[in-house]
Amino acid sequence: MRRLLLVAALALAGFPPPAAAEAAPRLEAPHYDFDRATIRKGAELFAQRCFACHSVAHIRYQRLETDLGMPLGTLEDDIMLPSDARIHQGMVSAMRPQDAAKWFGVAPPDLTLEARYRGIDWIYTYLKSFYRDPKRPTGFNNHVFKNVAMPDVLEPLQGILAADGRVIKKGSVSPQQFDRDAADITAWLQYTSDPSKLEREALGPWVIGFLAVFTLLAYALKRVVWRRVHRGASQAGS
Amino acid sequence: MSRVLAWIDRRFPLSRLIRESMTEYYAPKNFNFWYFFGSLALLVFAMQVITGIFLLAHYQPSASKAFDSIQTIMYDVKWGWLIRYLHTTGASFFFIVIYLHMLRGYLYGSYRKPRELLWIVGFVIYVCLMAEAYFGYVLPFGNMSYWGGEVITSIVGAIPYAGSWLASLARGGFGIGTATLNRFMAFHAVLVPALLGLLVVAHVLALHETGSNNPDGIEIREHLGPDGKPLDGIPFHPYYTVKDIMGVGVFLIALSLVVFYAPTVHGLFIETYNYIPANPLQTPPDVTPAWYLAPYYAMLRAIPDKKLGILVLFLAIAAPFFLPWLDRNPRAKSIRYRPVYLAMVVVLVACLLVLGWIGMQPASPALLPPARIGLALYFLFFASLPFVSRIEPTRPVPDRLRM
Ligand code: HEC
Ligand code: HEM
Repeated sequence: MRRLLLVAALALAGFPPPAAAEAAPRLEAPHYDFDRATIRKGAELFAQRCFACHSVAHIRYQRLETDLGMPLGTLEDDIMLPSDARIHQGMVSAMRPQDAAKWFGVAPPDLTLEARYRGIDWIYTYLKSFYRDPKRPTGFNNHVFKNVAMPDVLEPLQGILAADGRVIKKGSVSPQQFDRDAADITAWLQYTSDPSKLEREALGPWVIGFLAVFTLLAYALKRVVWRRVHRGASQAGS
Repeated sequence: MSRVLAWIDRRFPLSRLIRESMTEYYAPKNFNFWYFFGSLALLVFAMQVITGIFLLAHYQPSASKAFDSIQTIMYDVKWGWLIRYLHTTGASFFFIVIYLHMLRGYLYGSYRKPRELLWIVGFVIYVCLMAEAYFGYVLPFGNMSYWGGEVITSIVGAIPYAGSWLASLARGGFGIGTATLNRFMAFHAVLVPALLGLLVVAHVLALHETGSNNPDGIEIREHLGPDGKPLDGIPFHPYYTVKDIMGVGVFLIALSLVVFYAPTVHGLFIETYNYIPANPLQTPPDVTPAWYLAPYYAMLRAIPDKKLGILVLFLAIAAPFFLPWLDRNPRAKSIRYRPVYLAMVVVLVACLLVLGWIGMQPASPALLPPARIGLALYFLFFASLPFVSRIEPTRPVPDRLRM
């Protein structure tokens, strides 16, 4: 019954905007070329820093070789996990969801479609927005995802920031390099959300080129066939 | 070859059909841009059926498997992404094509005598198309599918007396789940397409009975030459076949640009929120319909009372049905000779565009006044047409077509 009421209310008024009382932080757009090299770098970072918790289950390991041109050796040594994983299997994290839920309170979601759902800018900004917050069990909070259950796993790279952006502890890489790393991971997640993009955009010019030639020929044919009608019109003097 | 044809013709009216509907079907010679969309609608319809059959080969209509089966198509089926993007893009293009096709009817008064039935069959096609799109929208069972399913079935539930029975009939139970997906698939893949197919045949039969209207709104059959053929007519084949093929080329280029470079069109053709699986516990931040139904949704939300809102919604959808009898200009059909009517159509289209935009925004009180003005103007078009059309200034209509 309550749900019916809710639905009735929503059919009438639509949903009220989400309880976004505090101003949402501005999302930052990452800069990267969506090419195989970038995505491969992102895949390796993902395997090192994220794959322990998050799956990208719709992506089979094999794709990294066939789509992205990653050498089989790198794939087996750096990416595949646990060691009994098979090349045709999906990239499922070794962490069992029920354990994860126990440890973090929430199971880390599968990230295959994350870029579709949240958007690229959101992911990039999210990865860069962790800050020190002693009140949280992990010791960290996030500007775009309030009270997030995920620990700041990129802290060794980025260092530790305060809520106002002040650097508390320097990271192992420069801020510029960190931006590039975060962008590479984002590129990888963009790829997982729609692997067809590489194939589509390579195929597009051929298909459209073919159609353009077809259309030009059709136009020429139309001109020839219609010449009679236009001549007829001018003879009739109308 | 000719002997084979003769053999067939004695048993089946093949040559006669070709003659009557192609080589000796006389169409006005002044068709313009707006006349491409009928043949393009046929093309998209065929494309949706074919890509739909391929999707059905992998789709699983159950609450636990539907979402993943769509992802399997996208990730694991060879060319699966192409098939699915063609189908989703095709759905939006179908509505673009149909809206332009219908607008042509408004512009040139194509709904008027003797084409009332042609118009009404078209109108029923449009209603079926909305149903088709809705059923299809629920099938992937993302979270937007789920809540869209809830909202529309709850509208059905608000119908007096039979409402709750109808709603649970549509859902196949109390909530949206496997039973809903099963019946929606039966509707989406069998019932509605079959109806559409029959209606399209009736539509084209009616068209060939009355002959096409044209941008001047003049009946070419009233001026026959000594050979009994319309003086301003040309045979459909070859003239309009070659022209329509050119239109097909341009159309496929536009379609390919979307399919290959921007298949979701920023959440317009495939909604962002449908990329998480259906979740009865997680309501999306705002449930807004696909763009092609958004004007109606804006109208629904513009009315504070739910039952009244639904009534207005039905009236808004039904209004164009009555056009043939609302427009009473005795001298002209086409906007070319009716400046006031042209202005009214322009306002109508502007209203629908604004309402469509509002329908896709999160509900907000600031948007209520413009939505209500749009709604009022929409109905004003239909309500005032019987009077305006009788007294509006009309330019002299020539006897013969202008090229
Ligand atoms: C120690 C486990 C762990 C690791 C390692 C980890 N995450 Fe997470 N992540 C989580 C958990 C738990 C959540 C759920 C947060 C919540 O819902 O509060 C999460 C949430 C997220 C979300 C938001 C999901 C949503 O709700 O939209 C993103 C994006 C994300 N992680 C990306 C990453 C990336 C990229 C990496 C690697 C750099 C990574 N995570 C590494 C545990 C982890
Ligand atoms: C599947 C959908 C449809 C298909 C395949 C279709 C097909 C066609 C075709 C092939 C023509 C002749 C070519 C042309 O005039 O462009 C035509 C004409 C026409 N259609 Fe449709 N149509 C569809 C939907 C509709 C709808 C929804 C309406 C209106 C509500 C409509 C109203 C008309 C009218 C009035 C004409 C005659 C126009 C004139 O002669 O000026 N049709 N249709």
